[in-house]
Amino acid sequence: MASNSISLMWRGIQQRYNLIGTKCKTCGQAFFPPRKNCPKCRRKGQIEELKFSGNGKVFSHSVVHAPPEGFENQVPYIISLVELEEGPLVTAQIVDCEPSEIQIGTKVKKVFRRVSEGGKSGIINYGYKFVLDR
Amino acid sequence: MKEVYIIGTGITKFGELWDKSFRDLAVDAGIQAIADSKVDVSEIDGVFGGTMSSGRFIGQEHAAALIADYAGITPKPAIRCEAACASGGVAFRAGYFAVASGAMDTAVVGGVEKMTDVFTEQAAVTLGGAGDQEWEVFNGATFPALYALIARRHMKEFGTTEEQLAQVAVKNHLNGSMNPIAQYQMPITIETVMNSSPVADPLKLFDCSPITDGAAAVVIASKEVAKEHCEKPIKVLASAQASDTLALHDRRKITTLDATRFAAKDAFKQADTTPSKIDIAEVHDCFTIAEICAIEDLGFFEKGKGGKATEDGLTALEGQLAVNTSGGLKACGHPVGATGIKQIVEAVKQLNQEAGKRNRKNVDLALTHNVGGTGATAVVHILGRGY
Ligand SMILES: [Zn+2]
Repeated sequence: MASNSISLMWRGIQQRYNLIGTKCKTCGQAFFPPRKNCPKCRRKGQIEELKFSGNGKVFSHSVVHAPPEGFENQVPYIISLVELEEGPLVTAQIVDCEPSEIQIGTKVKKVFRRVSEGGKSGIINYGYKFVLDR
Repeated sequence: MKEVYIIGTGITKFGELWDKSFRDLAVDAGIQAIADSKVDVSEIDGVFGGTMSSGRFIGQEHAAALIADYAGITPKPAIRCEAACASGGVAFRAGYFAVASGAMDTAVVGGVEKMTDVFTEQAAVTLGGAGDQEWEVFNGATFPALYALIARRHMKEFGTTEEQLAQVAVKNHLNGSMNPIAQYQMPITIETVMNSSPVADPLKLFDCSPITDGAAAVVIASKEVAKEHCEKPIKVLASAQASDTLALHDRRKITTLDATRFAAKDAFKQADTTPSKIDIAEVHDCFTIAEICAIEDLGFFEKGKGGKATEDGLTALEGQLAVNTSGGLKACGHPVGATGIKQIVEAVKQLNQEAGKRNRKNVDLALTHNVGGTGATAVVHILGRGY
């Protein structure tokens, strides 16, 4: 699976470790994952780097019982669309809490964690997850 | 653009077909369709084949050439089309363009997937490729989980219930019980769905379409060729397609598939008709919530009313509009590349009143709706009787 590629992991270190995306200076739209072209402003768009605060709230959530490769020892786990305070939604796990503590609108914040492990190459992937912002 | 007609159909059994190979399936469906059309193989100008991932499922790329070879259609060109679970739909469109433009007079369009040569976990990894590998799958999102995120939001915004989701599966299993090629031919109850094991809350096992082997094919032709061979041709009244962001998290709204809305709008315009005129629709119910979104986004029901419409039986075989008479992806099965063509085969059978026990009375207009991923591709066709 693609996430076992070392160069893929290395390319995404800034984005995955520090939640660094981009922003279009022309229209103000923030992008995470980062985009190098603004789909709205096209050639008039001016893209710059943006470090997201990591604060957000739950937009939607589910509990995964049938895990993909590399996530076998984490089930059941909460997967969520987190609405970052800068605007974009991000797909991420919410950890260190019970599913019953999560509702649409629940405040969460970014943490740095081990995302997945195993697979044929044995690479351990790190990146962002979210926890309750108590 | 010239008129395009469907003059023959072929379909294999759908299911776990351990005794059938990829090429067996594709060739079975293709040869059936050619025989049904009564055209001679020498008249066929080309082959269009939809398969999502023959490479990941059986290690075989160059799939269209293989099919043309084993179906005896060489040296005519063979073209593979891919758009995840909408591969069949885009293959049909590719063939449609070839005939509509006059570049070809007759073409075979097929879809095939051989999914059970790998273990279920590997199949799930491959299907994950329909989403965003780097930003969805990497973080632990599975396909059922992405549709679960849609379902949760739909429930919150519109009051849709888990029981209404279950009703989609119950209806589609009932239809599937009347379809001899369906993977599952047993009727189920709401309790069957509600008590099935959780996959990604609120979706349970019976909210999900299965892993399936199967193939389907049609022969399409210009009016001149159709008239030579066929008394009951089906006319392609509209062929439309739209795109959206690959990842769910980038959508304008996650409870609406904009690609479906745009493709439907274009299709109704091409066919000069409206949703209320459609008698049967084969829609992309890869998960129960997907059928509810589809019947809303296609314009059959107001946004947010799809669950209630299903609960009230409006989408049953003799309801206001019959949805997924084949059993849908849920009960008929979902060999991903074949699904878009299977939908067209079912529409043709209903229009010709050749669907046996599941025939709906008086079918004049049929619609098919094929989705790739969580909605980055949507393909809509409208079919009616020809001449
Ligand atoms: Zn911009």
